[in-house]
Amino acid sequence: MTATHTDTVLKVSDLTLRYSLRQGEVKAVQDVSFELARGQSLGLVGESGCGKTSLANCLMRLLPDNASIVGGEVLLNGQGLLSLSEEEIRQVRWRRISMVFQAAMNSLNPVYRVGQQVIEAIDAHGIEATDADARDRVAQLFRMVGLDEQLMERYPHELSGGMRQRAVIAMALSCDPDVIIADEPTTALDVIVQDRILRELRGIQEQLHMSIIYITHDMAVVAEVTDRIGVMYAGRLVELGDTAGVFRSPMHPYTAALMSSFPSVTGEKRPLGSLSGEPPNLVNPPQGCAFHPRCAYATDVCREQVPPRVEREGRWAECWHPLDVKQPSSEQDAPE
Amino acid sequence: MRQNSDTTSPHDRPLVEVDGLVKLFPVAGSLFRKPSGFVHAVDDVSFSIARGKSLALVGESGCGKTTVGKLLVKLIEPTAGSMSFRFPVAAGESTQEDCVDPSTLKGRELRRFRRQVQLIFQDPYESMNPRLTIYDTVAEPLAVQGIGNPLDRVDRVAHMLGLVGLNPAGAFLFRYPHELSGGQRQRVAIARALIVGPSLVVADEPTSMLDVSSRTGIMTLMQELAGDMGVAYLYITHDLAVARYMCDRIAVMYMGKVVEIGDAEDLLHNPLHPYTKALLSAVPVPDPDYHRAPPDISGEVTVAVDPMPRCRFFDRCPAATSTCETGPHPPLEEKAPNHYAACYEV
Repeated sequence: MTATHTDTVLKVSDLTLRYSLRQGEVKAVQDVSFELARGQSLGLVGESGCGKTSLANCLMRLLPDNASIVGGEVLLNGQGLLSLSEEEIRQVRWRRISMVFQAAMNSLNPVYRVGQQVIEAIDAHGIEATDADARDRVAQLFRMVGLDEQLMERYPHELSGGMRQRAVIAMALSCDPDVIIADEPTTALDVIVQDRILRELRGIQEQLHMSIIYITHDMAVVAEVTDRIGVMYAGRLVELGDTAGVFRSPMHPYTAALMSSFPSVTGEKRPLGSLSGEPPNLVNPPQGCAFHPRCAYATDVCREQVPPRVEREGRWAECWHPLDVKQPSSEQDAPE
Repeated sequence: MRQNSDTTSPHDRPLVEVDGLVKLFPVAGSLFRKPSGFVHAVDDVSFSIARGKSLALVGESGCGKTTVGKLLVKLIEPTAGSMSFRFPVAAGESTQEDCVDPSTLKGRELRRFRRQVQLIFQDPYESMNPRLTIYDTVAEPLAVQGIGNPLDRVDRVAHMLGLVGLNPAGAFLFRYPHELSGGQRQRVAIARALIVGPSLVVADEPTSMLDVSSRTGIMTLMQELAGDMGVAYLYITHDLAVARYMCDRIAVMYMGKVVEIGDAEDLLHNPLHPYTKALLSAVPVPDPDYHRAPPDISGEVTVAVDPMPRCRFFDRCPAATSTCETGPHPPLEEKAPNHYAACYEV
């Protein structure tokens, strides 16, 4: 699945998003830059409130009134999204970039049949000429996501959680987008259903050569489904690199802490790492490196100055004291 | 735990013994009609928990794990089956035990039972009265149980808040739940459960709503406090990895039945029941180099409404035979030392 970086679908540079609240400005996304190649999957991880969903909403241009994009650029196939008018963005949204939301029940209208809702999405974008064509397309999409096409005639409440999530995925695929943003697509599901849906998504991604951004807090899911991983903290992307490399030897202490606090069912039972404290308030984030109050390696420079970007083997992290390269040890390997 | 309940010394007997627990919920027929059937939410479940030990109940949504928890704390009454608790009673210098069957309890005895068995809920945003301060929330069980007087309750609550890591306690006592983060609220919920000194705490997915960072903190805290205070847990979770870290033993439930029960590491490394194997192989592994085979299971979970008299897992089982179809649901048998499974094919 590793695509060449020359074929860039999405390019985000120095994106900065603020929400204005009575208490002040929330610096929800700060100077975020990354690229996404065609057919590639990128995982965005971090704790709640780190800005990952804000970033996604920014890419979709689905922002509340009190949000303002103060800087940066988003290029989708070379087209700048941030300067488009509401009418123009509507042509891009769903057709070029679409989203799978976390709570499937909330993204389906309870009083319409599931199939009808997908047809509506197709009609709204004028993808298929006739209703019959649109129906055929939905039937095909349903089969692709592993749903019986009979289920098109059902209402959302008649479907199980897994089926609803599949229907939402079918809807996201309906206009054949280049990029899908999946915001916690399986968080509410049981593991067996989660496993099936993630496998199907991967299959579809390969088949359609599509790019996916997975937004999740689950490091295990990210390890399994993504090619690259971006770690967000306090609105900033603090580490970005290929998933295998980041897992083998994380550079940012936050990434390492996040990974070690994740329990696993395989391998030796290791004590869980501790990530003390809470994420900072983004109205008034700490000076210097936002992670310094929780970081075991913090020194004076971390408290005063924003850390530089350190590059290594095509990966980078924003840290004054990046962790050393860990030798690939046998301990990391799977048992059996 | 080690199922050695044959010995006569009372201290070797488990804290909780549950035998053949059944809970059926009627499926509503139309108005004024008899129920059209029964959901077998919990069907013939037996297990025991030793003093100070922890048992995880693991399974998918709808498998009946939360219902077992509710039965244990007597929030609902069982349809059939028995439960017995052996609580320590201070009597002079020797501690004796008080054997209690919650189904017979009323009034003052029920209140004494509640002191011994406490509950921690999943959602720390819903389980607290927003109009009560943290002090009121944590002190309420003391008032209900008539422990101490209002003056020393402040000290007790402050001490307890310190134990659950809300330091300095004075800064939290008179705040309201909305001023606290999810992790802090769940610490308050733990303080509220532990302040009366229970023997058993039923924790229903206490960390599933929390962020990664606060989750680890809560898990570690619960383990430390269990060690210090000798509390036993029934830990209800859908997450096998969390169960592994929190509990000595794991019971896997499927459609109202316990299909496998054993020591945590043993169960995870040598799963016997095909459902446990499938469940385990569906858990994502935080290691990009690990290639996980797809779980060997078909279909989806259904609700056990008047289930057929055969193995509950028959429809989805990769190893099902004619015995599984014609026989009743297999009994839970000891297939390896301290490792029980309900399967004809193991």
